[in-house]
Order: sequence, then structure tokens, then C-alpha cells
Amino acid sequence: MRDLTVRAEGLRQVFDDPDIGEVVAIDELSLEIQAGELTALVGPDGAGKTTLMRLLAGLLKPAAGSLTVLGTDVLKHPQAVQDRISYMPQRFGLYEDLSVQENLDLYADLHGVPPDQRKERFGRMLEMTDMARFTDRPAGKLSGGMKQKLGLACTLVRSPDLLLLDEPSVGVDPLSRRDLWAIVQQLVDDERLSVIISTSYMDEAERCARVFVMDKGRILADGTPAALTAKAAGLTFTATPPAGTPARELQARLIDHPSLVVDAVPEAGRVRFIRQPDADQAKCEALLGDIRTAPRAEELEDAFMMLLRQQQDEPPQSPASQAAESDADVPMPPRDEKPVIVVRDLVRKFGDFTAVASTSFDVGRGEIFGLLGPNGAGKTTTFRMLCGLLPATSGQLEVAGRNLRTARAQARAKIGYVAQKFALYGNLSVRQNLEFFGGAYGMRGRELAGRIKNAIAQFDLDPSAQSGLLPAGYKQRLAMATGLLHRPEILFLDEPTSGIDPLARRAFWRTITALSKEGVTIVITTHFMEEAEYCDRIAIQDAGEMLIIGTPAEVREKAAAGADGETVRTMNDAFIAVVEQNRARHDRQRAAA
Amino acid sequence: MIAVASFSRLVALTRKETRQMLRDRSNLVVGLVLPAVLILLFGYGLSFDVTDARVAVVLEDSSPVTLNAVAGLAGSDYLSPIWMHSMPEAEAMIRAGEADAILRVPSEFTRDLSHGSGTLQLILNGVDSNTAQSIEGYATGAITNALEHLADRGDARFGDAGGITLVQRTWFNEAGTSTWFLVPGLIVLVMTLIGAFLTSLLIAREWERGTLESLFVTPVRPLELVLSKLAPYLVIGAIDLVMCLLAAKFLFHVPMRGSLWIIVLSSMLYLLVSLAMGLWISGVTRNQFAASQMALLASFMPAMMLSGFVFDLRNVPLVVQVISQALPATHFMSLVKTLFMVGNYWPEIAKSVVILSLYGVLLIWATRRTLAKRLD
Repeated sequence: MRDLTVRAEGLRQVFDDPDIGEVVAIDELSLEIQAGELTALVGPDGAGKTTLMRLLAGLLKPAAGSLTVLGTDVLKHPQAVQDRISYMPQRFGLYEDLSVQENLDLYADLHGVPPDQRKERFGRMLEMTDMARFTDRPAGKLSGGMKQKLGLACTLVRSPDLLLLDEPSVGVDPLSRRDLWAIVQQLVDDERLSVIISTSYMDEAERCARVFVMDKGRILADGTPAALTAKAAGLTFTATPPAGTPARELQARLIDHPSLVVDAVPEAGRVRFIRQPDADQAKCEALLGDIRTAPRAEELEDAFMMLLRQQQDEPPQSPASQAAESDADVPMPPRDEKPVIVVRDLVRKFGDFTAVASTSFDVGRGEIFGLLGPNGAGKTTTFRMLCGLLPATSGQLEVAGRNLRTARAQARAKIGYVAQKFALYGNLSVRQNLEFFGGAYGMRGRELAGRIKNAIAQFDLDPSAQSGLLPAGYKQRLAMATGLLHRPEILFLDEPTSGIDPLARRAFWRTITALSKEGVTIVITTHFMEEAEYCDRIAIQDAGEMLIIGTPAEVREKAAAGADGETVRTMNDAFIAVVEQNRARHDRQRAAA
Repeated sequence: MIAVASFSRLVALTRKETRQMLRDRSNLVVGLVLPAVLILLFGYGLSFDVTDARVAVVLEDSSPVTLNAVAGLAGSDYLSPIWMHSMPEAEAMIRAGEADAILRVPSEFTRDLSHGSGTLQLILNGVDSNTAQSIEGYATGAITNALEHLADRGDARFGDAGGITLVQRTWFNEAGTSTWFLVPGLIVLVMTLIGAFLTSLLIAREWERGTLESLFVTPVRPLELVLSKLAPYLVIGAIDLVMCLLAAKFLFHVPMRGSLWIIVLSSMLYLLVSLAMGLWISGVTRNQFAASQMALLASFMPAMMLSGFVFDLRNVPLVVQVISQALPATHFMSLVKTLFMVGNYWPEIAKSVVILSLYGVLLIWATRRTLAKRLD
């Protein structure tokens, strides 16, 4: 009993939503968490991870059930528990007008850290987060990854008996994500800290001693990562598409057959897929035809996808699988060799600060082009210039055959833009939003009505639903439908998959694949490195510089060539290697100068 | 030990609030510059004192006696006469707003005066009742003075200035009433302003930025949060109070008949109530925009309209009287006016201090409840 940090029995949490009514966030949940180890809560968006964290922190009062944290009834004595734990909410509340040091001081004072311990602790935190240089900087002026690290440092100004981390790596680039984990890992090793961490990254869950898979407020499965991974044993394969076919087209074919295939994702020019356990052997062979497949070792991600698919009430009708049919009347834009986006020596400065330095690249028609980079790399700035939302300081910029300096309005009519945040009117219905944005693009009458009808069918939307109340995945679809209403040649998507669960992300990429087949050019930014595998070409930016550009395979090769000794297996590894090699080169140059 | 920990948390939080307050320029503009502007605006700009009011003097009788009688108008700092000969002409002027009053000297004035019953007609533009009343006073004074001078010089006919009756009538607003204690009332307004515009944002801002969620899961107690948010703004309010008192004494020469210490202490008590009111609204709404709108409507506007600052509460309907009695501002308004004009009238002081203290305790308790470390 002494070694249990958390014990929950029949826990139930219900929220009253004025629009939807009663929402069950935690449903008859019971669990036991061991002390002194790393425990992960994984699950799609809306699984109840955050609600469970808040219950553990004594911030919510459940409708039913009992909950003991560190041997104390947290429902009766929340303050007693709060005195002993440290909690980092998803959005850590840094005081943006206070400096890094002042934020640390505040939390140290609140936790009553004695002055003699403080010096040692701060020194260690600042060293681990690599922020010793920035102690005077206001927290609001830090990049997203740095803010997250400072949040963690503030949470860890003292050694708590239990550390709760709620999705600390959401919206954080791979480098900062690695740093965050290094800090947590070190504390677990040094101090035998009990940590509960919620995450949507499976590679993070794999580092934990025990994993709880949550969905719809319940625990689907729990166990060590190895035990969970074993659920997918014997079902995982890699398929190699015929030469000349992009992996994503094979991936699309496989994922369109949910009765046979649990999941499929492109990787390194091939497709990783999971077979349904009870799939008919003959049908599988018919689907694959003469495509070469090879078994591969199962991973936690595979088991997770299997668990989630089993929970789905009905096999997903991927909205874009019919896209090609419903839009058959659209004349296909000719696939020619002339690039649709031409960028030459593009520069953007904000005062003394160079956000984008001398960048050049082309994007061909129908290509999926991925723009990757750590937080603050200049992705968003590049993106905004391409969309004509921000004038360039210098350089040439041609989009859809128009020069953005002289013909911005004409260029804009040819592009669609889906912003990172939900930028539609939440209190309008789906149809009203489509009508409004269609009108804004100058469409009206029958033409508009026809296109709205198509869009609703293509994206499988409910026209009378209130936009603001849609689940995240559907909001994404509506945003895409809106951005595509005027049939743009180029679609710009800024981090479209942040905060969307894995199943919705699969459906999203299925739509992108279909659009690209129709000849729409896609430019996309993302933090999920595995999504880069869907792209024809990717570019990696850091500190405003274009570091590398090429197909995912080329990028991986180059990264592996430059990395001495370190293994570059996934796109995530490649990304880290490319950025670090470049930063090391800069450091050497600075040292030489 | 517990008390020490609590105190050091309170110090840490207060330091944080003070830093946040000082780093946002707009706080200082609203907290210090706006009160200074209000003092000058209400003290000078909105003064009801009249200078160079235009009086159309219609001389239907232009005997030397008459001219002497009205000559006093020209010598007044407050009035500037416009000489004319026909009544319709003067009426046209007052209608057009070119004259503030008409002084009519009827053709039989000299004759009646010698019989001891001279009558002058003064017509006032009652659109602005305060100005009208002032002009009445100045005109009567000026004419009476002039006649007394004549009498002193031995002109027997003017032996008794009382022989003249000035018959006046106010146009456009027959009642013409106004009550008036501008500068003491200004203290109420300024103290209310800080609560309404500054502290009303504090808790809502922490909700909006998500900083409370992190703060809740620390040993911090709700009451510590409330007190740390009050402290820096009490200092701002104290500075404003000193500004108001200095202006009252040295710029506007308002009498200060009650004791200065009681004025200061009761003002600080009301300041606390006003700040706590802003905080409570902030904690209830959890949204900066809603909080500032609410605070404006629920504390600042009523303090201006319903506390007896502009309108005399004795003349308002019962419903409004009930509402105004529920406002802390009303009680402090009557206290501060009494302290300035009447002096240390203890029953009034005791009553108001008790009421304000109750409000203070109630609001701080209610605010503490809005920070009950719960997210639902």
C-alpha cells in the first residue's frame, strides 16, 4: 500500500455544457499507480487525460468515486495534496511580463524553498534548460519551446513527492521535446521521483515504466510498454510500392480498407501497415496484389492504433476517398513542368532581427511541400509571405504565376489558406460559414450553392451543426472545405494537425493525398515529423536559414551522412541531426571568428 | 511556522503584483494620470462660476438716474452688458443664445423710483439653471451697489435702495435647482475609478492567461491571492488621495472642517471597498472585457450618477433611492461631504464607517470564494 501514489475507484466526472448538455469526461475509472516510476497516460484528444490530471491535482470535484493521492483523500483535503505535488498544466501559466528569474523566484517563494537550497536548484534548472543566459529576459519574449522548458523549471523548483505533467510536449519542436525529456529522465534517475505524464507521442510513452491507454474517459488497457506492444505481434508489415508511385498512394489504398487494415502510414518510401487480426487471407492478398511485403517488429504505436480502432463505433468513412468522384466535373489543371511557387533570395527582417534569411526554393504543381523547423525557425514568417499576408523585405516571390509584389490580389484569388487556429465563426452553422467565406471570395447564387453542396458531401459535414461545437477533427475539415471553396491552385496549411488525434490525422492526410492527385499544390507546416513522410519534398528551416531541401529519403540520407555515430532511423532523428549539425557548424564558425 | 510561511508567500505574491503593475504603463496612466486630469477637469473645467455673462440691457427709460443705476453692471467682473433699446431685439438674442439674461428698464422706472417703488425686470436663460442663478445674484448685487453709491452721494431720491424691487423670472426651466459639492465628491470618484478600471482586470487576466491553474497547485491560499492583489493598488489609491486633498486645499480652497485624519482613514477604508468590489467582479466574470464593462456599469457609473455626486438624492424616486443606498459610494459620499463642510459629526462618521467596513469584509470574503482553487 505504501508504494501506491494514486488509487482511484469508480471515478466519474461530468461537465455541464450549456450547448451540448452533459458531457462525461471520466467514466467509472479505476486505477492504481506505483510510486517511484514514470507513468504515462496516452490517448486521443478528448480521452479525459487533462481531466484526470486536474482531478489528481485537486482542481476538480468528481461526481462520484474516490481518489487517493500520496495516501491522502484529495477530494477532502486538496490543499494537503497540493502542498506535496508539482503540477505542470498543458498551458503553464508563466507571467509573461516577469523575467525568467522572477518567475522562478515566485514559484520558489510559493513552495517555501529555503534560500540555501535555492541557489543549487536554480543553477541546476537553468543549466538543464540551457537558459542561464536568458534570466533577465521577460518570459513573454521566449520561444514556445523555451517557455515550456521554463514552465517545467518553475514546476521543479523543489523536489515534489509526485510530479504531474499534462502534455508537456504539445506544440514543441523535436529538439525542445528531447531536452524536456532529458530533464524529466534525470530527475527520475537521481531522485526516484514519481511522475505521471500525459502525452500523445508514443515514443514518449515507450520510455515509461507503465502506460495507461485512455479513451472516452475510460482505461482501455494498461501495462508495461512491452506488454502492450505485444498485442500487435505478428500483424505488422512493411509494403514497398512499385517504383515511381509515391508511398502515400499505396498508403491511401490500404487505409481505405478498414476491414483488412488497421492502420497504414508512409515511411522512408515504404508503407508500414497493421493487418486486422481477423482479416481474410484471400482478401488481403487480393488487396496487395503483387506488392512486396515484409514483416517488421511491432511497436507501441501499432498496439495503440489497434486499441483505438477497436473503440471506433463504425469503420471510418474517409471523407476524401470519394473526393475524386464528387469533383469529377472539375477540369483537372494540366500538370506541367513550370513551378507554381518560385522563391528567390527571400528575406524578411523585423528591425534588426532577420526572421528569414536569403531563402530560395520552387514548388511544382500538384506537389506536397512540407516546411519543417523548430519553434521560431521562421516557418510562419515564410508562410505568411507566400500567402501575401506579409510583404517581403527583399527577394523575388512568385505564386501561381503572379508576382506577389505587384499582383498580390490576383495571386490571393489562386490560393487557399487554412490558419493554425480555428479562424471560422464558432457561433455560425457549418453552412453559414461556407456561405460567408464563399461570398467573401466573390461567389454567389447557384455557383456558390453548388460548391457548398459539393464541399459538404466531400468532407462529410453536417450543414446545420454549429461550427464552434464540432470536434477538433471536424473543425479541421470545415476549415479545409472553406479554404478550398474557390478552387484554389495552391492550398497553404499552417500546422493543421496540432491537437488532432491520430485517427483524425489519418483521415486528414487521406484528404490531402486525394487533393494532390487532383493537381492541387499543397504547402504545409507540421511538428509531427512522421507526417513529413507524406510530402514529396520537405525543407528544414532553423533561425531563418534554409538548411536542407529534398525528398524525405534524400533528407534522411544527408542527415545520416553528417551524423557521426548517431543512428538516423526516423524522420524525427533526421530532423534533430540536421538542425544540430547546422548549429554546431555555426558555433565552430563563431569560435573561429 | 505556518504564519511565517504564509507571510513569505504573501510577500512573494505582492512583489509579483507590484512588478506587473509597474511594467504595464497603462496601469499608471489610469491610476495616476487620469485622477490628476479628473481633478483639474472637475475643479476648473466644470466650474459653475460665471464670468463675463452677457446681459442684454433694454433701456426703455434713459434718464440719468436710470443710467446711473445700471452703470454698476459694466463695472462687474462677472457681467458684460450689451446696451439696446427694444425688447423684441433682446428676446431674439436670448433665444439665439447670444445673451444669458435681459435686464429691462421700463419707461416709467424713473417716475416709479421717485415714488419709492421702482421696478426692473430681469429675464434669465434657464437652460442652464446654475448659470441663471449666478447671474441673478451678480445682477442684483451690482444694481443694489450702484444705488447705494448714489444714496451716499446725498441724492435724496435714492435714500433707500430698498425702493427698487427686482422682479425676476426664469425662462425654460422654472425651478432651476442644483446642489453642489464638487471637490469632496471627486475623492469618491477617484477612489472608485481605481477599483473599477484596475483591480477589475486582475483575476480575470490570470484566468484568461491560465496562470491560476499553475498557481493553484502550490501551497498558496486564496486569501493570500486576494490580499496580494489589493496591496499595490492601495498604494496607488493613497497617492491619488493625497493629490485630491492637496488640490482641495490649495487649488480650490474647499473648507476642511472635519479632522484630516478621519478624512484620510475613511477614504482609505472606502478605497479598500472599491478595490475589493473590482476584484470580486473580476473573479466572478473570469473575463477581462466583461469584468471591465461590469465594473464600469456596477461601480463607476452609479458612483457618478446615484451617489449624490451630481444629483441630489432627496429628489429622486424611491426606487433610485433604494438602489443608491445599496451603493458603498453613497455612504462614503455623504460622509466625506459632512467631513468637509460640517465637521466631525460623530453619529454620521460611526454609521458610515460601520457600513463600509461590512462591505469591505463581505467583498473580500466573496472574492476569496471566487479563488477557491477549483476549475469547475
